Amino acid sequence: SFSDDVSLLVVLIDTNPFFWSTSSSSLNFHQFVSHVLVFLDLIVRLSQLNQIVVIATGHNTCDYIYDSSLDTDQVTGEGELPALYSFVLQRLEEFVNKDEKLGAKQEGLSEKRASSLLSGSLSMALCYIQRVFRSGPLHPQPRILCLQGSPDGSEQYVSIMNAIFSAQRSMVPIDCCYVGSHNSAFLQQASYITGGVYVKPQHLEGLYQYLATVFAVDLHSRSFLQLPRPAGVDFRASCFCHKTTIDMGYVCSVCLSIFCKHHDKCSTCGSVFGKAQLDAASDRKRKASES
Amino acid sequence: MNNSEKKRMNGEAEEENEEDVEDEGRDAWERTYTDERSWEALEEDESGLLQPIDNKAIYHSQYRRRLQSLSATSAASRIQKGLIRFLCVVVDLSKAAGEMDFKPSRMAVIAKHVEAFIREFFDQNPLSQIGLVIIKDGVAQSLTELGGSPEAHIKALMVKLGCAGDSSLQNALELVHDTLHKIPSYGHREVLILYSALSTCDPGDIMETIQKCKKAKLRCSVIGLSAEMFVCKHLCQETGGSYMVALDEGHFKELLLEHAPPPPALAEFAIANLIKMGFPQRAAEGSIAICSCHREAKVGEGYICPRCKARVCELPTECRFCGLTLVSSPHLARSYHHLFPIEPFTEISARQFELSRVASKTCFSCRESLLTPGTNKAGPCAACTKCKQYFCLDCDIYIHESLHNCPGCESRRITPAAASATKS
Repeated sequence: SFSDDVSLLVVLIDTNPFFWSTSSSSLNFHQFVSHVLVFLDLIVRLSQLNQIVVIATGHNTCDYIYDSSLDTDQVTGEGELPALYSFVLQRLEEFVNKDEKLGAKQEGLSEKRASSLLSGSLSMALCYIQRVFRSGPLHPQPRILCLQGSPDGSEQYVSIMNAIFSAQRSMVPIDCCYVGSHNSAFLQQASYITGGVYVKPQHLEGLYQYLATVFAVDLHSRSFLQLPRPAGVDFRASCFCHKTTIDMGYVCSVCLSIFCKHHDKCSTCGSVFGKAQLDAASDRKRKASES
Repeated sequence: MNNSEKKRMNGEAEEENEEDVEDEGRDAWERTYTDERSWEALEEDESGLLQPIDNKAIYHSQYRRRLQSLSATSAASRIQKGLIRFLCVVVDLSKAAGEMDFKPSRMAVIAKHVEAFIREFFDQNPLSQIGLVIIKDGVAQSLTELGGSPEAHIKALMVKLGCAGDSSLQNALELVHDTLHKIPSYGHREVLILYSALSTCDPGDIMETIQKCKKAKLRCSVIGLSAEMFVCKHLCQETGGSYMVALDEGHFKELLLEHAPPPPALAEFAIANLIKMGFPQRAAEGSIAICSCHREAKVGEGYICPRCKARVCELPTECRFCGLTLVSSPHLARSYHHLFPIEPFTEISARQFELSRVASKTCFSCRESLLTPGTNKAGPCAACTKCKQYFCLDCDIYIHESLHNCPGCESRRITPAAASATKS
């Protein structure tokens, strides 16, 4: 039977080649994966009942890499390294190749701020967790751990917020260990809203230490630990016209789009401000017939 | 067995509490017949044999009907939904609310479900406000003022509210009309009446009041708990609201929660306006200030109004000193899925699925097998029209009712060229 310290950990690994190839940090992709693999092994050893699911967040696609509860993913074998490592490494390599092939037809992409498809892997993780909830009253406590380095993609804002609110309703914490250069505002908000932990390690050479001390412990036991506290989560909005952060602005009452200065018409929904829409529509018709 | 023997022996002495004794004397298996009507969970198949009702298929078909009705109405009004709502919930606490056909009493069931409704309402409409009104002894009183914080309303509901006297629909409508008259012009005015009585005792002509409400653009909806009444039906028809009568507790909860998501905004109902809002930063950890809501010194957590620098404790709220509406970007983001809804998935029958020759027979998002358990045949599933991925029925419901993202579409990189091609 399940006691309250059994975890289901869904790990989202950022494999975005645009980030890893331009990253100037002391950690390259292979070192990163080796830290993560030792961490996954730690989770498995902490309790026999712990489950791990690994989903890769690529640049052009997302996919499942490993599911410890699947018969097809059972790993056994002798060797210098645990069988888990070679299994996951091989699957990751297949994924990275597939991701690259899918992008071969695209050109003219600005490589500087190329984001990954975080909203895709988050959505898949949440659907998997819903399936676990449906399976019956006895199940491990699920949580999501994002290992992300790519910058936020502003085109994914609405999808990521949808995923965050759905996670909050299902009471699934979203943790994040961010290995990129500047903090991710999306993931900071995700951890804050869902009750997860956000960490941006200062010394990436010791990544495993951060993972083991902060994210290995089950949810129930977190109350006994001093975990990193959220520092200055930025909840300011960005205006729809310039994408600059503003702390005071104008909001359209019909579609809730945010603008930094007063306009006569909303560019998102077309509402004319200050007039009842029916009057505005008949005004336009009248003007068209008059001219 | 022992219980029923005891009952026979003590039958004469305990005749006054016949019902209680009978309840105690009954075994659990007997109670399932009398209280839970267990035969309703069975149905006959083609050959007349009994089998349990397939709940999964029923949930899915109910969900599909909901989805069709929603998309039919919203297709006409592009992006327009009443997102800033001022809703008055009117609870009928007349004699009829004490009836026990809903266990333990209609009043208790209403209070329980209205609490859940309030939480769901503020979850889906963070910028809106609710006010509670009760009808008792033929008079309508305001239980709570229009406000944006769920706790105040829930606290008022938890108090023991007795039920007595007649119900007066006209008095309730007059009160609600006066309350909602004062709100800004960009807000959507709505009234939700939970009516248990079968009559209304009015001081004047209720038809006049109904016309007054119609002119003030109040959208009145009614959920009846006893039977359909003409005056309620007329009210809802005139003002553009919906009238439903609950069959049982489960149905009542469903009808109530249907009013939580924003209704389609009819263009003439509210005037579009640009509302000035502030997005405060969190106060620095360890800073000490006197908060404007409680007039107490507080340390750390809190927000600073960007215009007048006053400290407030929670969002969303209105700054007490300068009147600026203060929200955080997640509050607005909660409503964005109404503006960018995802298309309903198409249902795929088992035969179509087999013909499609898709390589993996698992749901794209949760990786559950799409084959009917115990067989090699495909069960019913759903497919997204844009990314063409297959999903199981449970994921279909979860994606459309809670997540609002299609995992297949989100896991695809759409190039700017392809995106503009689909737009034009």
